[in-house]
Amino acid sequence: MILVFVETDGSGATEASLETVTFARDLATSESADGSGGPVHAVVVGALPDGTVEALGGYGVTEVHHATGEAFSAYGGAVWAAAIQAAHLDSAAVAVTATGSPRGNEVLAHLAARLGVAMAANVVRCPAPFAVAQPFVVSRQVFGGAVLEEMRLDDRPAVFSVAGHAVEGAPLASPTTATLREFSPEVAEGDLVARVVSTEPGEPDRSGSLRSARVVVGAGRGAGSADGFDGVVELAGLLDGSLGVSRVVTSLGWRPHHEQVGQTGSRISPELYIPCGISGAIQHWAGCASSKTILAINTDADAPMVTRATYAVIGDMHEVVPAINEEIRRRRG
Amino acid sequence: MTNVLVCIKRVPDSSGEVLLTADAQAVDARYVGFTVSAHESCAVELAVRIAAAGGGAATVLALGPAEAVEQLRAALGVGCTGAVLVEADPVGFGPADVAREIAAVVAAHEAAGRTYDLILLGNDAADTGDFQVGIRLAYELGRPVVNGINTVEVTDGVVTARGAGADGGIETYRVPLPAVATVLEGGVEPRYPTITGRMKAKKITVEVVEPRWEPAGSARVRLTLPPAQPNTVEVLGEGTAAAPAVVDLLRGLGVTR
Repeated sequence: MILVFVETDGSGATEASLETVTFARDLATSESADGSGGPVHAVVVGALPDGTVEALGGYGVTEVHHATGEAFSAYGGAVWAAAIQAAHLDSAAVAVTATGSPRGNEVLAHLAARLGVAMAANVVRCPAPFAVAQPFVVSRQVFGGAVLEEMRLDDRPAVFSVAGHAVEGAPLASPTTATLREFSPEVAEGDLVARVVSTEPGEPDRSGSLRSARVVVGAGRGAGSADGFDGVVELAGLLDGSLGVSRVVTSLGWRPHHEQVGQTGSRISPELYIPCGISGAIQHWAGCASSKTILAINTDADAPMVTRATYAVIGDMHEVVPAINEEIRRRRG
Repeated sequence: MTNVLVCIKRVPDSSGEVLLTADAQAVDARYVGFTVSAHESCAVELAVRIAAAGGGAATVLALGPAEAVEQLRAALGVGCTGAVLVEADPVGFGPADVAREIAAVVAAHEAAGRTYDLILLGNDAADTGDFQVGIRLAYELGRPVVNGINTVEVTDGVVTARGAGADGGIETYRVPLPAVATVLEGGVEPRYPTITGRMKAKKITVEVVEPRWEPAGSARVRLTLPPAQPNTVEVLGEGTAAAPAVVDLLRGLGVTR
């Protein structure tokens, strides 16, 4: 059995968690021939929005372990890991996985430390099927995604996080019915020390939704100065999207850090990414490689961002972007 | 008084083209420089500020080759007043090994009367991206850990740490000292060393220690480079003349009317 830590937002399991469930299901299925992979269970800690259990069943989860109780109401890496540890003990999982999100990696690192086992972060694929008794090798992102590392995971449970967009989330053609098991594990006092005590709303702008935006308009050094963002901000507005910027832009103080896309900023996965005046260093690519379609606007036809894009316009963003904005407005009448 | 230990790692600068060594066990860094991650630069800045505010000291630690003294000196140049090098080839060390070695230094210093109230690390190393050394260290030491934070303040023995939450909000943690925190870039602007800072840094002796244990290893089989993506870009046009083609595309993708 493979246990997946599923993160939820207000409406249910996050998209990234559904990808991870799909990844785990593929891994479990690849082993069902000799019976060692087995079913996929999910563990949810804290809020369980209505319909989450049914939705997870649609992705092949057979059982949802839901940790309830005051101890899990506020997020804390140690206490949430304690819940997953209890679910693991109850269900004897041979592998425990989560999304390679900040929270997913944090909770799994706690779990691995508590169990005294190794952990592999940001796995993109498993070269060979998972087998309980066999060496298990995973391929994972290192150097911000510029390099892949093949790593042995000899310990059981095998603990690993799955990088965003390693696979596409795919429901089963014939959904299974997941059963819900609520449990309230006992928690040590020490695990409750580091928990979130308050949450304030983020910046009151569009960047808060960068990670989940359907359209992201990006801007890099080509913006030229802090005053060079009017066109891209307007385009983001017209497309109901978010603004994302490269590291150089935040380093120069042109835009706030929370708008940064890249290895040390947000990792985005929009339907459409429009990087303007961004050359496409590997650290930026690490943050935007999961975009479905990329339309690069750049003066340099040989810039990595252009050669790796789906579409490109060769030209100065300060001329091209206003012309696009004008054309959109003209057609809308 | 708050004494802070901040842990950094010397890593190859991978912002340009990356090459691997012949045995595929490491990145070939012969033609690139070395650096520390942006997260760790911010951790050093926070360590120096907290030490200064509370009349304590900031000590910097690295596990790495002799050359990692370069990165330790850089941290000394911006206000750390002590430095420790656990001299070893980091390629053979997994995150659990590194955490154990840092814990050994903390214990040895404590036995000698130098305690660390707060230990700061980067959220994840720029090279191995394990996301776990800080958390494993906290378990080694039996201390609470706050992960992925942007700002840290210490008041009356309590750490207040803030960072971005899963839904984009700002989350606050309050934990009693002694504690461990891992830092994400973005909360503070790392300062540049001054001439006097650099001069002072030169006079400080870096404490060099041997690893305490044989490392269990990182379980690395080999490194590979992702396959090169063929250039399949479709150029829609040049300059402003491309605008109609762009809007046709946007409409085709269903992102505008």
